[in-house]
Amino acid sequence: MRSFVGKRVLAGVSLSTVAALTLTACGGSKIESTDAADSGDCGTFTIAINPWVGYEANAAVIAHVAETELGCKVVKKDLKEEIAWQGFGTGQVDAIVENWGHDDLKKKYIEDQKTAVNAGSTGVEGVIGWYVPPWMAEEYPDITDWNNLNKYASLFKTTESGGKGQLLDGDPSFVTNDEALVKNLGLDYQVVYAGSEPALIQAFRQAEEKKEPVLGYFYDPQWFLSEIELVKVDLPEYQEGCDADPEKVACDYPVYDLDKIVSKSFADANGPAYQLVDNFNWTNEDQNLVARYIAQDNMSPEEAAEKWVEANQDKVEAWLPQS
Amino acid sequence: MATTTMTGSSTRTTPRRRITKPLAVVGLLALWLVAWSLLRGQDMLELPRATLTDLHHWLNDVNDSVGASRNSSPIFLYFFNEIRAVMDALVTFVQGLIAQPAYGRPVPVLGWLGVVALVSYASWVFANWRVALLAAGGFTLFGLQGLWQESMDTLALTLVAVFVSLLFGIPLGILAGVSDRFHRLITPVLDLMQTMPTFVYLAPLTLVFLIGPASATIATLIYAMPPAIRITAHGIRSVPAPPVEATDSFGATRRQRLTKALLPLSKRTIVLGVNQTIMAALAMVTVAALIDAPGLGKTVIKALQTTDVGTAFNAGVAIVVMAIVLDRVTTAASVRAEQGGGDLNPRIRRLLLAGFGLVAAFCSYLSYTYLWASEFPDGGQLGEYLSQGATAVTTWAQQNLADLTAGVKDGVTIMLLNPLEALLAESPWWLMGAVIVLLAALIGNLRAAAVAAVCVGLLVGSGLWNASMITLAMTLVATLLVVTLGVVIGVWMGRSSRVDRVIRPVLDAGQTMPAFVYLIPVVALFSVSRFSAIVAGVVYAAPVAIKIVADGVRAIPESTVEAATAAGSNTWQTITKVQLPMARQSLLLATNQGLIYVLSMVVIGGLVGAGALGYEVVAGFSQGQLYGKGLAAGVAIVVLGIMLDRIARAAAQRSDRAPSANQT
Amino acid sequence: MRTPALHGRAEGAEQRPGGVGIMSTDTAVQPRGQVNDHQTPVISVRNLWKVFGPNADRVPGSAELAALSRRELRERARCTAAVREVSFDVAPGEVFVVMGLSGSGKSTLVRCLTRLIEPTAGEVVFEGEDILRADKRRLRELRRRKFSMVFQHFGLLPYRTVVDNVGYGLEIRGAGRAERIRRATEVIELVGLDGYEHSYPDQLSGGMQQRVGLARALAGDPDVLFFDEPFSALDPLIRRDMQNEVIRLHRQVGKTMVFITHDLSEALKLGDRILLMRDGNVVQAGTGDELVGAPADEYVRDFVQDVPRADVLTLRWIMRPSRDADQLDGPELGPGVIVRDAVRTVLAADRPVRVVENGELLGVVGHAEVLDIVAGNQAGA
Ligand SMILES: Nc1ncnc2c1ncn2[C@@H]1O[C@H](COP(=O)(O)OP(=O)(O)OP(=O)(O)O)[C@@H](O)[C@H]1O
Ligand SMILES: [Mg+2]
Repeated sequence: MRSFVGKRVLAGVSLSTVAALTLTACGGSKIESTDAADSGDCGTFTIAINPWVGYEANAAVIAHVAETELGCKVVKKDLKEEIAWQGFGTGQVDAIVENWGHDDLKKKYIEDQKTAVNAGSTGVEGVIGWYVPPWMAEEYPDITDWNNLNKYASLFKTTESGGKGQLLDGDPSFVTNDEALVKNLGLDYQVVYAGSEPALIQAFRQAEEKKEPVLGYFYDPQWFLSEIELVKVDLPEYQEGCDADPEKVACDYPVYDLDKIVSKSFADANGPAYQLVDNFNWTNEDQNLVARYIAQDNMSPEEAAEKWVEANQDKVEAWLPQS
Repeated sequence: MATTTMTGSSTRTTPRRRITKPLAVVGLLALWLVAWSLLRGQDMLELPRATLTDLHHWLNDVNDSVGASRNSSPIFLYFFNEIRAVMDALVTFVQGLIAQPAYGRPVPVLGWLGVVALVSYASWVFANWRVALLAAGGFTLFGLQGLWQESMDTLALTLVAVFVSLLFGIPLGILAGVSDRFHRLITPVLDLMQTMPTFVYLAPLTLVFLIGPASATIATLIYAMPPAIRITAHGIRSVPAPPVEATDSFGATRRQRLTKALLPLSKRTIVLGVNQTIMAALAMVTVAALIDAPGLGKTVIKALQTTDVGTAFNAGVAIVVMAIVLDRVTTAASVRAEQGGGDLNPRIRRLLLAGFGLVAAFCSYLSYTYLWASEFPDGGQLGEYLSQGATAVTTWAQQNLADLTAGVKDGVTIMLLNPLEALLAESPWWLMGAVIVLLAALIGNLRAAAVAAVCVGLLVGSGLWNASMITLAMTLVATLLVVTLGVVIGVWMGRSSRVDRVIRPVLDAGQTMPAFVYLIPVVALFSVSRFSAIVAGVVYAAPVAIKIVADGVRAIPESTVEAATAAGSNTWQTITKVQLPMARQSLLLATNQGLIYVLSMVVIGGLVGAGALGYEVVAGFSQGQLYGKGLAAGVAIVVLGIMLDRIARAAAQRSDRAPSANQT
Repeated sequence: MRTPALHGRAEGAEQRPGGVGIMSTDTAVQPRGQVNDHQTPVISVRNLWKVFGPNADRVPGSAELAALSRRELRERARCTAAVREVSFDVAPGEVFVVMGLSGSGKSTLVRCLTRLIEPTAGEVVFEGEDILRADKRRLRELRRRKFSMVFQHFGLLPYRTVVDNVGYGLEIRGAGRAERIRRATEVIELVGLDGYEHSYPDQLSGGMQQRVGLARALAGDPDVLFFDEPFSALDPLIRRDMQNEVIRLHRQVGKTMVFITHDLSEALKLGDRILLMRDGNVVQAGTGDELVGAPADEYVRDFVQDVPRADVLTLRWIMRPSRDADQLDGPELGPGVIVRDAVRTVLAADRPVRVVENGELLGVVGHAEVLDIVAGNQAGA
């Protein structure tokens, strides 16, 4: 019985499919083979894409300019920092276009292996520190001074913090001194590792929405800050060398000059793409704008870059190779 | 906790033991508690986050020297590079067929119409027309979601990884099936492959095989091959003796015995292995995206950067659908392999096969030639709706359920997790180690105790003892939840096939939906906490346990249940006195698999606040100078897994040998 | 060649009337037997041991261990002696039955004969060749050409049709497809399964499946057929059919058969001679009427106690020497006549029936003797 129905169905389907396809096939445009794209003298240019939106903003704008102005064939590779640096040595990555410090990697790849070179600042300044959601800064204005943190420690207690206040640490990609800081500043806090940026963002977002207390490690520029403007807690001011011994740190993080790193061979070839990367320089505001396009306005990085470039032709002009 | 379940089973040993063993276990636990209250906080072997031991430094150095030798060492030049070249070529080839522009064309060789037609046709040829319809629907859905190309990239990578896994896995599995020695040899290797967190070997892989499809494929197949090997071996081993003996009695050679009896008789199980391999490969899609593997995983990771749950969910759904389609098709194919022909008359079937073959070929031709059949037509608004729906649900949930869920989190953490963690992690290491070894001896056997001793040694040696104990506490709580869910829902499903039909797809989704997709909702509901990590583990592990229990309950002969009913048992009695005891093997298996699956989520837990080993692995992946520590943490996870597994197995074996008193 | 294949307690068995030795044959006693005293045995087993467990090799060699009972051995050396020092001969064309309760070692024994299980010690001589010394290739050759086996659980391949199952042995020895089909069709007809050639095993009843097993064993035209409890899984009616089938086939093809069963009536029905095992040992070996008429010990006596004696025993077992008072002019019968067949004659006569063989008067049988047996008097022999 069932097989009978099955047969019927199958036969019907096959007939009607053939009929439908034959009918539709008559229309529609044919596929033409494309000639191999002529990529001018720029050639292929490989950018690593590190996994955060600010980086993506830099990369998207550089890629857009390289493609439209220089005729490069741009390849983007989604990679974590460490793996991207490795790629310099194997010739698989040409450029990293936003680097946060990473003195250890610089030592390993620039000084020791000599596979990478620094290509100057991006013009963006990176700030790392401890932040609270804005409602807390309003409600407890003196909380932004670290000296008062102990006073509020009980506010930050959670199931995870073992009776102390909770200091939420974030993405493990960044060096943190927080355990040492807590100890050396005599704070009644316990560092809890959120483990990922999304977890951290979600924690802050929810804290602001529900007016819950949270104290956490965060950084600027970050697209999330334009959604909720977290307030930084002032730690003892950074002085040159105060973080020399990681065990004894008792001062704030330095301001990072976010720079660009390129592969040695890419720099040596000194092609137009290299010169573009080398010249690339903009501001925190610029990056935040593009990042917002991507993260909040749901644009693709390409669209976001195009929009920004159109509005900022003068800046782009300055990055182009002079010849 | 797990200890009590295991003592429970040891009461079923011979009468002589029945009195002494549980007493000894209780005594041991009591002693431990007393010692703990006196010695609490001493010798905990805590290691500050930023501190590395000599071992960790050494591992860093090893890693660096591997990288440094990549341009000179002959192993690289002639071995790894060759492997990479082959893999790259394979993946690029398949991508060129279905996913990426290739051969000077702006589009792949086969467009969506061709792929949908061929996939459905193949499903029909190897399985039946019902799954063929499912396949057609599923693949069309990818297009409607606006994820056609991403899905095809994922499919290409998965196919290659599965192909290579099977190419090596099935012969190795056969070998492990016929040779005890090889079986013993390869089992720990497979354990290692399955429980070693991928994050640990992702970076070295890109060093050895470079960034690209080769590394992504190899990362995938390291995880996907073990099921193929294990299940093939299991299939060969569980071939019923009589036909094999008959084969021998006719003077078959070893080869004939294999090809004429063992392989045909284990065909169905082997196809099941293929199925599991596909599932495992799909589970790696998102992780492989971290080293630039193309496809749906990338979409998920990108969406995560902007905490865009909706987009991540949309891509997650595509992965789930792909998994379900491939699962159903391979399962149906295995049934067909077992039963031979379908419900159609062979002649008619042949005719229809030929007819549909022509249709499929014609579709392929169209998709080769015409743009409309090649690129999925725009206007697939479905993805948009899915994203918005998911976002809306998440927002609603975190606004309305957060208080409830926070209560659950606090309850479990305070009542269960914190005390257990205090007990495990704050005991001096030597006390804790001794307790583990003694427990292994009491509820298992001396062999298990020896393994446990070695494992304790390794954990101490890894420099991550304290972190291991914290992770152990979470793992035990998660496994407890998994087993509870497994029993409750599994029995429910096992007793009613209607319930089964409704719940099973949900379980499939839980198992294949990438954890990265529900990371944010989980944090929203349970905040950054160890409990969030536990929830992530449960979501992934419970489906397996539930399915195993359900299948176990369903496999109980009708007559047994009937007899119980005839004897006047009520439902509760039937469940507790007949169905659960008879599904005992399944319960054990569910516990074991639940445990392994929970452990494989330890690293994901690290992303939502678990700290401990999971976080160390993530950190090691993210920061070069922590690599050695991350590797050590990965090994510690493997060691924990092996330790728990061997103890549980020994305990199960022991209670197996005893007459099952509970069945009378 | 006349070594009595009796050991242990069987050695001290009671005096058996007629002086029937294990190898002595009496065609009259054996309804279907074609055994001839002077033929060399097809299979000759000497001191065969099979011990499972660690250090199994130690056991047969050590007088101390070998003397232990199975249970003691298990406790002392953690191994099981499934077959212990078994010796017997199988004559050409005979149906040799090995019988015993579950666990007595029958299956192990029969598998040792073709080395499906590797014996621990002893000797298995097949047509003058020690099988235990055969190398792999030779052994395969023997299995392919000389032996076939029928299994309790059939051992059919579920994914093959009846024809392909029956042709399986031929396929393994490398016969071509056409020949396989031809021969398979032939034997399928022989076992009465024609019409089912293209069915799959799971579409057949148990009895039919075992016919397939039987056909498969016959297909290779072996010299010896081994049956391991082939009919235990079948219901009584079908079992009887199948037993008759075996008897018919035996008449038709005349193969030597070694038949394992735990069912005494089956043994008596089929066996020319029966070997009774207990805990791996041989308890007694002999023809059916010997077992019933002269049990070697209490165990055997218990074992055979429910047998309808009249159906098994011959006049030889119940006759008594003639007394002076007897009138020796009654009817005359041979000593091999089964009691049940003689009842009518004996009861009809008003004087004792004379048991005569080759003109010599062996004894007489009167009403009393016959009634004893028929009424189930347990006096025994
Ligand atoms: N592979 C084995 N390993 C250990 N012991 C075995 C093995 N095979 C058989 N035995 C033991 O040898 C003894 C004889 O077993 P066997 O199967 O020969 O008995 P059987 O007479 O055929 O019984 P049944 O009528 O139940 O088939 C049993 O005690 C059994 O436990
Ligand atoms: Mg047997």
